[in-house]
Amino acid sequence: MNQLDMKIVRATQAGLPLAAEPYRQVAAQLGVAPEQVMERMQAMLADGRIRRIGAVPNHYRLGYTANGMSVWDVDDAALARLGPEVGALPFVTHCYRRPRRLPAWPFNLFAMIHGRSRAEVEDQVAQVRALLGDACRGSDVLYSTRILKKTGLRL
Amino acid sequence: MDELERAILNRLQGGFPLCERPFAAAAAPLGASDEALIERIGALLADGTLTRFGPLYDAERLGGAFTLCALEVPRERFDEVAAIVNAHPEVAHNYEREHALNMWFVLATAAREEIPAVIRAIEAETGLRVLELPRLEEYFVDLRLSA
Repeated sequence: MNQLDMKIVRATQAGLPLAAEPYRQVAAQLGVAPEQVMERMQAMLADGRIRRIGAVPNHYRLGYTANGMSVWDVDDAALARLGPEVGALPFVTHCYRRPRRLPAWPFNLFAMIHGRSRAEVEDQVAQVRALLGDACRGSDVLYSTRILKKTGLRL
Repeated sequence: MDELERAILNRLQGGFPLCERPFAAAAAPLGASDEALIERIGALLADGTLTRFGPLYDAERLGGAFTLCALEVPRERFDEVAAIVNAHPEVAHNYEREHALNMWFVLATAAREEIPAVIRAIEAETGLRVLELPRLEEYFVDLRLSA
């Protein structure tokens, strides 16, 4: 990662300037040409260091107040096939394989589900359960009840 | 929420252009001026509907490290432990969840080698055992919800 890229990350991680020419402002702050800022950000977008550029909503304020972390104990042999299928469900916003920590924690698949109510989340959890079928040996849903901290990425 | 605000939420969660006047380029298909778009994004940020407007970086691809941790906190110590955990700048998010493991937080550090020391510090300060659940594989990440 080159130095200019890192400077651009630091200058923009909290947001772009709300001005007609935001990249020019970032460039002026960093002492480079606006074209360089746009070119480096284009490169970071192309290789996935930037996931996307745009509005990042507070999902609670959009009415998505039910945040269910659904966790599943899935047969390891089936996970490589089923993980991407669960991730592709339209209501699943994050989907990861994580290690089991036995005996306290038997779950190896995490699928985050955001809904406007718990009833909606329960309905979506049932769809995940149907998709996993016999490969699933157990599951749970952990609802968030409070955000204790949310600062996001700070590099 | 008016039409332009709804359009910002539904159509501008990605794809904001990289050009000289991106707000003008993004405003045109929404039938708005760049001044109106800038003003409305500012209002959505001010009232908390948006947490941010700009690039969303992938910390891991930038060379940073992320891990998910959980704690089983006795009810009567919850606020005290939350304060201890949140005081660490490496804690990016922390959520209370309904479960015996009732506190779930994400650590974000510049390098993976820094993570064990933060976990040890939190364990020493709280007297509780941290369950670390690093991500082994990502099947999907795209938090784009419609308004």
